[in-house]
Amino acid sequence: MKIQIRKFYYGDIPEENAGGNELKIASSIPPLEAGEASWPLWEIFIRSKQGLDHKHVGSLHAADAAMAIENARDVYTRRQEGVSIWVVESKYITASNPEEAGELYEPAADKIYRHPTFYSLPDAVNHM
Amino acid sequence: MAIQDFEKIFQEKINEEIKIEPKDWMPEAYRKTNVRQISQHAHSEIVGMLPEGNWISRAPSLKRKAILIAKVQDEAGHGLYLYSAAETLGTSRDEMINDLHSGKAKYSSIFNYPSLTWADMGAIGWLVDGAAILNQVMLCRTSYGPYARAMVRICKEESFHQRQGFESLLVLSQGTDEQKAMCQDAINRWWWPSLMMFGPKDSESTNSDQSMKWKIKRKTNDELRQQFVDMIAEQIKVLGMQLPDDKLKWNDERKHYDFGAINWDEFWNVVKGNGPCNKQRLEARRKAHEEGKWVREAAMAYADKKASLNPSKRGTLEAA
Repeated sequence: MKIQIRKFYYGDIPEENAGGNELKIASSIPPLEAGEASWPLWEIFIRSKQGLDHKHVGSLHAADAAMAIENARDVYTRRQEGVSIWVVESKYITASNPEEAGELYEPAADKIYRHPTFYSLPDAVNHM
Repeated sequence: MAIQDFEKIFQEKINEEIKIEPKDWMPEAYRKTNVRQISQHAHSEIVGMLPEGNWISRAPSLKRKAILIAKVQDEAGHGLYLYSAAETLGTSRDEMINDLHSGKAKYSSIFNYPSLTWADMGAIGWLVDGAAILNQVMLCRTSYGPYARAMVRICKEESFHQRQGFESLLVLSQGTDEQKAMCQDAINRWWWPSLMMFGPKDSESTNSDQSMKWKIKRKTNDELRQQFVDMIAEQIKVLGMQLPDDKLKWNDERKHYDFGAINWDEFWNVVKGNGPCNKQRLEARRKAHEEGKWVREAAMAYADKKASLNPSKRGTLEAA
């Protein structure tokens, strides 16, 4: 048997290498039915302990908010990583566009007087 | 700007170790490589539950059973972290699941080997998770932000998997003659497939190393494999067992262990679908998906009905 070897990284076997048997098995089984509505995607925010902000940890699929919270509990807090969970459907998040980052943040760049280090004070004034 | 300029800026960011985030411009091939690699990684976690799930009902004690359930639940969680990282690249969960079920997408070949005895649970934890961890620690620094973050989360949880596996084998290695034999047998069967997990030898590459250039991957297959051999060759002394390789020997010049040749025919055979359990694994995944269909539909119908009865219930942040 002649085998052509290309380099594939662990966890990165390309599609053309899928080989024979599985594709043969697969052709006999119908794909997911078209029209099967998939559960919406939710973004998950977790407060790791009282006094800290909720922080984005990832996302998951759930049919509704209550299920999203239950799933987030199972997926993101299996080792007591949280004391409070926020979930928000991903479609409601509006994000800034990285291509506009230049003009969006540029106005802050030349205002160095907003930083305490801009002001040099005599040493006598300690810890201001 | 021309596309070459975008690519140049992109590569400069990579060179400066600036992470790429979902909405940033990226070359199409970078997106595709990441989707393929992350989804294959996710599928590996999900299919990886099967060989171990096989032993949950037959664990030798309540303690071992609880540990095994926790580990398998972790694998499910890891699969979910990874699926959601892949989704940030514009692919859908359904597409990925479909590709797994059709055989188009791959998962780690190691899970196409059967788990024949209880000792396999220890060997999988120690060797298979041990090999996976080396890869995953490297991937914590991968260039795509969501993938790297998922990996950090996974690595935090993964070390328990390897430790419980080693400890389980340690108990067997100090047990009866039958238990010792079972321990050695499991190591014999899992050793070579674990080495194959790192993929083909670097020297057999005809591909340019785009993944390294893009810092998706940061170490070569052979580097990781050597690291693994060096680690396991030392740890097995504690077990008082043998690795099934008479060429395994410390090389004082290289400061590494030398080891025997890997059977690459076997590797490609399993990748191509002719491993001992390829068919079984895929069928188990498909069956689970098909039999869960009514649950997915019922949950969606319930959510829709509830939303239509009580539309004002949306947005309950004040409760937080």
